[in-house]
Amino acid sequence: MRRYLKLGLAIAVVSLFSATAAFAAAHRSTASDTLVFGASSDPVSLDPAVTSDGESFRAQNQIFETLVAQKPGTTQLAPGLATSWKGAPNGLSWTFTLRRNVSFHDGTPFNAKAVCANFDRWYNFKGPIASDAASYYYNVIFTGFKTKSAKTALYRSCQAKGDTTAVINLKRRFGPFPAALTLLPFAIQSPTALEKYGADKGSLSKDGVYTPTGEYGIPGGQAVGTGPFKIESWKLNDKLVLVRNDSYWGKKAILRRVILRPIADNTARLQALQTGEIQGYDNVDPQNIATIQKSKSLKIVDRPSFNIGYITINQAIKPFDDLRVRQAVAYALDRNTVVKSLYLGRGIVADEFQPSTLKYGYSASVPKYRFNPAKAKALLQAAGLTLPVEVEFWYPSDVSRPYMPDPKRNFQAFSASLAKSGFKVVAKTAPWRPDYLGRASAGTAGALNFLGWTGDFGDPESFLGSILRANTQFGLDNAVGKKLYADLDKALAETNVTKRAAMYRSINNYIMKNVIGVPYVSTRPALGFSKSVVGFVASPTLNDQFNTVRLVDA
Amino acid sequence: MLRFTVRRLLLLVPILIGLSILVFVWVRALPGTPAESLLGERADAESIAEIRDQLGLDDPIYAQYWRYVQTVTSGDLGTSIATRQPVTTEIRERLPATVELTIGAGLFAVILGLPLGFFAAKRYGTTFDHASLVVSLIGISIPVFFLGLLLKYVFAYRLGLLPSVGRQDVLIDADHPTNFYVLDGIVTGNWNAAWDAVKHLILPAIALGSIPLALIARITRASVLDVQNEDYVRTARAKGLPPGQVDRNHVFRNAVLPISTVVGLQVGLLLSGAILTETVFAFPGIGTWLQQAIVNRDYPVLQGGILFVAIIVVVVNLLVDLSYGLLNPRIRLAGK
Repeated sequence: MRRYLKLGLAIAVVSLFSATAAFAAAHRSTASDTLVFGASSDPVSLDPAVTSDGESFRAQNQIFETLVAQKPGTTQLAPGLATSWKGAPNGLSWTFTLRRNVSFHDGTPFNAKAVCANFDRWYNFKGPIASDAASYYYNVIFTGFKTKSAKTALYRSCQAKGDTTAVINLKRRFGPFPAALTLLPFAIQSPTALEKYGADKGSLSKDGVYTPTGEYGIPGGQAVGTGPFKIESWKLNDKLVLVRNDSYWGKKAILRRVILRPIADNTARLQALQTGEIQGYDNVDPQNIATIQKSKSLKIVDRPSFNIGYITINQAIKPFDDLRVRQAVAYALDRNTVVKSLYLGRGIVADEFQPSTLKYGYSASVPKYRFNPAKAKALLQAAGLTLPVEVEFWYPSDVSRPYMPDPKRNFQAFSASLAKSGFKVVAKTAPWRPDYLGRASAGTAGALNFLGWTGDFGDPESFLGSILRANTQFGLDNAVGKKLYADLDKALAETNVTKRAAMYRSINNYIMKNVIGVPYVSTRPALGFSKSVVGFVASPTLNDQFNTVRLVDA
Repeated sequence: MLRFTVRRLLLLVPILIGLSILVFVWVRALPGTPAESLLGERADAESIAEIRDQLGLDDPIYAQYWRYVQTVTSGDLGTSIATRQPVTTEIRERLPATVELTIGAGLFAVILGLPLGFFAAKRYGTTFDHASLVVSLIGISIPVFFLGLLLKYVFAYRLGLLPSVGRQDVLIDADHPTNFYVLDGIVTGNWNAAWDAVKHLILPAIALGSIPLALIARITRASVLDVQNEDYVRTARAKGLPPGQVDRNHVFRNAVLPISTVVGLQVGLLLSGAILTETVFAFPGIGTWLQQAIVNRDYPVLQGGILFVAIIVVVVNLLVDLSYGLLNPRIRLAGK
């Protein structure tokens, strides 16, 4: 009898536990005015001037705005906090007409004085805050501060003319200036808040790490912009809660709140989406895209492609200094098959060194090298070479990049097509960091190697300049390189929008005519969402905003 | 007892020195440095050189180690290169999550493992005994991360009974004075938050506690089998004591000593095993923090974090050893 009583008691306890768990857990709490988005990590900081990582930008994009914006879903420039802008004929100053009746979240008026305060702030960064580790994008675009590399600094000064005109004076002509200002590190922040919360207070820790010591941009601290959302709270490793800015000058957010929830593991993010604990996340693994597409309650939203995967050809290594040999390489790479079979429908064949989504400067008339083994062999023979021509071809290990999810498979596929086309591939590999990148940068990663690039802002300089100015990779210490760099420098300095576009089209034609390298793919990253989320527009440059998003019954 | 405790604590010093040297050298042997990790493919030679200089990575290794020792002995475990947060702040934020998970897994393992092993021994050779053996083998054999994924798939995704990630529903507004979410809910009177935190612990605790459960069950079974054949147990039964009293006062009390050793050792293993469980369940504890630090080559986090975990493991083992005296009067009296 006692035995049965004990058994009965055990069953009752387990049942009670299960029932309570089921009762309390069965109804997952949802709110129709709150979007929960799964981020891969917490932001590093909410001060855009000292960050360069995607998760920080994701949060900051809701809080801050730049003078120059982009049309949603594109890289086309559009009015932001400035309604218009004009470069001086000598290219040494840019006049921005500012939007009226805009305030920061703390009530500070947005005006020319605030704009100049921000530009001056960045220029006056010193010490650890001026290093690449903190202000990477200022270093890249403005190339110098008042107390560091002042001679090469692009920025001279800012003048506030009244409330609605800000004139930025530069030390040299810089054509991509408006496009570069779409970068979030150049968002305009409240000067009052920057001062009040000690945004520039920081020190180097004993182990050399820059540590902010003020209360700006840190968990539990402040970050004040003009954007459609403002900070409600931020608890590290838990959640960042943004609340609608009801005084926003533009299209007010439909959502009352957006919660960014850090979930490091990609599979865990997928599962959280499937269980409804989040309603969206970014960078869906290619192998999980089909899982989401098959689900009745989930959907994929494509991010327009803004990267390029390419194969470098090092002209410093003979016989690749011969154009015919480089053309043979281009004809020998079966890009169509590789992109179709290895990119799970997410890749687009690339014919030039900027993606087709970046229409400015894009040339539709570049020479296209479709796979043609016979032509490749003929070119090699015309160059006086005996087939097969040996070529050292490097690929990286231990890495997956958006444009190159599986480098080894890409390598194997391209090696096979090269072998059919009169080449004999000598395979080489090294870990991505630091060996492979170091070698590629130094020009010691063979005649052919895989690399890629994701653009930062909507201008050809963000691709062509960033990729091709590294002349040791491409062995461009020759006549081809000399003309290329001269043309790139001219385009960089040209401030007339129409002339610049024509210059970059011409440069793209030149690059592909001379087969400086072989671009082969541009990929579309994917975001996963619940079907209840509508109105999200993905930006190619990660400038996503949630103010157009609403939740519906799905 | 006091001399024993002091001696064990003093042993911590050479252990930590040795471990710090090992970790210091090991992280620097990993390919890549924090400089490349911070900048990714945007890293050019100039930027890397600047950051390396800022972090002192080009100094001789003994100079770097000495700087590190000076930092640690001043109570500063360094600053995370990736997050710019002091290591001590990260530990304060994350340790409660790992402790809660470890306690949950430990409780699961002990509360189920002890009776499972005990009754398997009492029903030696029966179907129950064989079934418990199978359960134990399954528990030991299934990788923790796989079990975690399976539990999530069944209980979170398919049945919708329990959450799959994190420590709390983000839509619950709760205060966290201690960062122990269950305790915080109780202390602040937010029972919804407390219960929600418990729900978030259930699946990861089961996943993490599965191997210790199996081990505890097996050790308990073996220990009880051993003890119940002892002369003093036979004497107690012969004296006419009720079977329950014999089991409680004589069998279990004597069987528990080796079990407590295993439980103590399991705490250390739970702390290290938490890495996989925390990753699968996106539980923001020390485990995920160290795993991310390896990916990011975050030297200060690896150096400070691993050292901290080592201290915890040593202290816990010391407490286990001290508990022998409480559990077994013979040890306590022998020490006098």
